[in-house]
Amino acid sequence: MIGKEQWDWNPGRKIITDLGKWKEEYGYMEEPAVSPDGEKVAAVIKTPEEEFGVCVNGEIWESTFDKICYLQYTPDNRLTATVSDVGEWTVAVDGETWENRYDYMWNLHISADGSRIIAAAQKEGKYLAVNNDVPWENEFMFMTDLSVSADGMHTSGVVQVVPFSEGDIHTFRKGCYTTAVDGRTWENNFMNVWEPEFSPDGKHVAAQIRKSNYEYSIAVDGQAWNNFFGCVWKPRFSPGGDSVSAPVRVGGAWMLARDGEIIWNKKFVQLWHHAYSPDMQHIAAIVAPKFGKWTVAVDGKAWKPCVDEYVTDMVFSPRHNRVACIGKDNGRYYVMTDGKKWDEDFDMAWKPAFSHDGEHLAVKVEKNRHYTYIVDGKILRESYDMLWEPVFSPDGTKLLIRGITRVSGQKEQYFREVISLNQI
Amino acid sequence: MHSIYNFVSGPMVWVAFIVFIGGCLYRLLSMGILAAKRDNVIFSYASPYYGMRSILRWLTPFATTNMRKHPGMTVVTFIFHFCLLLSPLFVYGHIALISESWNVSWWYLPDSVGDVMAFLVVGACAFFMIRRLKDPEVKYLTSASDFVILAIVAAPFLTGFWTYHQWPGYSICGILHILSGEIMLMAIPFTRLSHMIFFPFTRGYIGSEFGAVRHVQDW
Amino acid sequence: MLDSAKNMKTSLIRDEGIIKSASVLTDEQVRKVINDVLKNETGARLKTYVDTCVHCGLCSEACHYYLSHDKDPSYSPAGKVKQTMWEMIKRKGDVGTAAIQRMSEIASTECNLCRRCAMYCPLGVDIAYIMLVVRRICNKLGVTPTYIEDTSHSHSVTMNQMWVKDDEWIDTLQWQEEEAAEEIPNLRIPLDKEGADFMYSVIGPEPKFRAQLIYQAAVIFNAAGLNWTMPSSPGWDNSDMAMYTGDHEIMGRVKKVHFETAMRLKVKRIVMGECGHAFRSVYDMGNRWLGWKMPPLPMVHSIEFFHDLIKEGKLKLKKKFESPVTLHDPCNVVRGRGLHEMARYIVGESCEEFIEMHPNREHNYCCCAGGGVINCGPPYRNTRVDGNRIKAEQLFAAKSRGAKTIIAPCHNCHGGLEDIVEHYGLHMDIKFFGDILYDLIEKPE
Repeated sequence: MIGKEQWDWNPGRKIITDLGKWKEEYGYMEEPAVSPDGEKVAAVIKTPEEEFGVCVNGEIWESTFDKICYLQYTPDNRLTATVSDVGEWTVAVDGETWENRYDYMWNLHISADGSRIIAAAQKEGKYLAVNNDVPWENEFMFMTDLSVSADGMHTSGVVQVVPFSEGDIHTFRKGCYTTAVDGRTWENNFMNVWEPEFSPDGKHVAAQIRKSNYEYSIAVDGQAWNNFFGCVWKPRFSPGGDSVSAPVRVGGAWMLARDGEIIWNKKFVQLWHHAYSPDMQHIAAIVAPKFGKWTVAVDGKAWKPCVDEYVTDMVFSPRHNRVACIGKDNGRYYVMTDGKKWDEDFDMAWKPAFSHDGEHLAVKVEKNRHYTYIVDGKILRESYDMLWEPVFSPDGTKLLIRGITRVSGQKEQYFREVISLNQI
Repeated sequence: MHSIYNFVSGPMVWVAFIVFIGGCLYRLLSMGILAAKRDNVIFSYASPYYGMRSILRWLTPFATTNMRKHPGMTVVTFIFHFCLLLSPLFVYGHIALISESWNVSWWYLPDSVGDVMAFLVVGACAFFMIRRLKDPEVKYLTSASDFVILAIVAAPFLTGFWTYHQWPGYSICGILHILSGEIMLMAIPFTRLSHMIFFPFTRGYIGSEFGAVRHVQDW
Repeated sequence: MLDSAKNMKTSLIRDEGIIKSASVLTDEQVRKVINDVLKNETGARLKTYVDTCVHCGLCSEACHYYLSHDKDPSYSPAGKVKQTMWEMIKRKGDVGTAAIQRMSEIASTECNLCRRCAMYCPLGVDIAYIMLVVRRICNKLGVTPTYIEDTSHSHSVTMNQMWVKDDEWIDTLQWQEEEAAEEIPNLRIPLDKEGADFMYSVIGPEPKFRAQLIYQAAVIFNAAGLNWTMPSSPGWDNSDMAMYTGDHEIMGRVKKVHFETAMRLKVKRIVMGECGHAFRSVYDMGNRWLGWKMPPLPMVHSIEFFHDLIKEGKLKLKKKFESPVTLHDPCNVVRGRGLHEMARYIVGESCEEFIEMHPNREHNYCCCAGGGVINCGPPYRNTRVDGNRIKAEQLFAAKSRGAKTIIAPCHNCHGGLEDIVEHYGLHMDIKFFGDILYDLIEKPE
């Protein structure tokens, strides 16, 4: 996140606003969004004229709209949303709308540094992506799976390039879909293309493809691997960008392949959402070593503790190659990290967050309709009526809490609080 | 004649039992291995409680809807299976032979009862055969092998019955009785008669799926 | 022509897509695919079922096609296996391109995979499973009926059943929200509300043809004061025709998106509309293909959900539905999940007069639309309607005892029953529980 060093990291709680008052005043308020630094909170409200507006820390955007969607903060603390007026859609950033208008806009993406905002758009039945108000030069009869490079400079989507009428299964089988990168299509068409993924430098794109009913593979910049598989899941570029790996299905079992060749010589009932460690030395993935048993495998070796229901939100730490995830067992949610399952169980658990040095791990959790954090296995003493996900200070010694507490009657205080980790 | 008798009542018995027991074990084991390899998931759903619930339900006369829909078939099927399984184990003739060879014996049926049971098995086979010939839905499914299987099952009982009553040619019939019994034993693992060994598994599995996963009864 | 083709009941293949796809096939390809599936994808289950079946014919009366066709044995469950799987095994895959077309029709349009026969087979043979293997073989050969294959293609591209594009979905929800907010001020259909208690998922035809059902659900959830959400992204559709073409890979992909959408939204469970086959796909088949023994998140069918809401007093009814009703038990949530008593509880609470149809509960006759048969489209409408005369008779008996409205808590059942009611001139209304409850509940001012 940008300028994190400049945020207010002095320990203590700051009450930003009373959301209860907003509700009282406007009679209608959607779920609030908060800025990464916690200094701002915003929500869609209804004005007395029955139009939708955005309230930020108690102040209302000047413009109102017929509809407001995807209200969210960028990593650099700007507020954005898709908005519609008299049947036309555009994107608004801190209340200012883009020039271009479309029949529909949705699926907002924001680059990691917050500088670029991208949305999918449709005008007169034609589909395209729009990047910081600049539309693709080409439009398509259909687009889905919009994705964005890490720097936000490039966008891609799965597009249809050969028309066929509904029910024309034979044309469909010939391959009518491909990937468009910045509006330009790959040379080859496929029966299906799914979830294009950029290389770290944004120069290459890999996607899952289906060549015929039962021939799956990965295509990189439009060229399919030489080998085809029973099925594949989402590919990933290595952090160096020189190879592509993906889970592949062989003889009814899942394995990990790189550039078409099996690299994990171990079979799993399921294997997906693999990720590279930041130092590029390791690959971790969510796996089912046995039917109905879920865990994480690092370099093909599965952790001992398994859960019965599912594993999700697997992340690598920025340093030290630690891995954490959320596991669900017998209806309860657990934090799992470094091959161990923490003892505490919850009604729900969010994506784990590591500190920059990889030393600490904090997770937003829910119990009995109250939210708190569990940090390095210890639960915060206090719990809240609402909570956003935890943010570590750049030096990893403090934690930013963004939450809501209900106090006496209608009051719903949104606050930001910085605590020292040794306070927990 | 005598040497044929000696053969079928001596080494052939051993062969039959080895093929029967070995065959059953082989079928069960190979099916288990195949299941572990390709249908691994079925083990996860196996529920002893619901499996047994289904097996016992279907082993109780008239306990299922379909049994009540076909009362004649139900009566014949149960009598048939009851007599088929029990009479070979408890007729005096068999026990006397075993006692003679190994000096072990157990309770046996009065001759007249064993006689009636054999008659019932043969009668049931006749009923099944007529069903196969007359009922369109059964006829449609029937192939020559179904008649062969019926014959294999009926033969030991028919010959046993014949021999017991000492009707003409009964001594040949006695040999045929032993031989056909041995054929039946050896056929069990390798023909559709194998439903005898697979019934607990197919029934138990569907019972587990219906009971433990789908929360309904399967009858 | 190979022998097995001659043995087939002579019938003209009705589907152009099947004929065209088969025209480029060779007998050798057919043999290879059959043997490949039998050898590499099936195992002890299929082998035991085939070896264990004693050809007794006792499954026959379970099947509505058999009963509706004057007990024509070729429509009996085992009869259909004889014409398909037995042939494939007996001939070691050498059945030829002509026969495979008919086999595809039998497995895809003359069996609803309703699993009623599984309750009639003394040995517990699961014939629906065998029919699905046949469908998969046919799908691998490309000889699947056109309409359902097209639906499966839609799943593969859009992750929904009806080629609904990403923007059309959100637009429809916003339109329904707007409409409903005119009736109930400030009513919302909350999109992507992270941490809501449940995600509501529907099937493709709802936004496409029956958007009022989403409206009604929103009003009901609003009246009950529930914390819910719907996703704005693909993953909103819980339906699954790929499951019924035998294309497990697409089935798995579609289920993965559905469940992962709910995981991303951090909801505790997924409540689904009144659909039967979708329930089978999320509760029984799709999850298994992905390695989940049970659904990773609890899947709550609307019957169970409405039952709980009424029982807990969250939904209050102003009055009862006056016209006498009968209840059609959908296979996939009754034989598939045992929700029949809960359905009767809702009927008891919401309707003045209830007339049971017979047989009922687990023993109810299928609507003949399920198992993907209605999705095989117009070429097979008569197959369905003629193949379910017994249903018309069953409904007529309920009607003659006074029933005017049929409650059918399943989309495919609706489609199937509508055709039957029309074809046989039964003049009965068909409703979802949602239709009934929407009219009866106390709504916030």
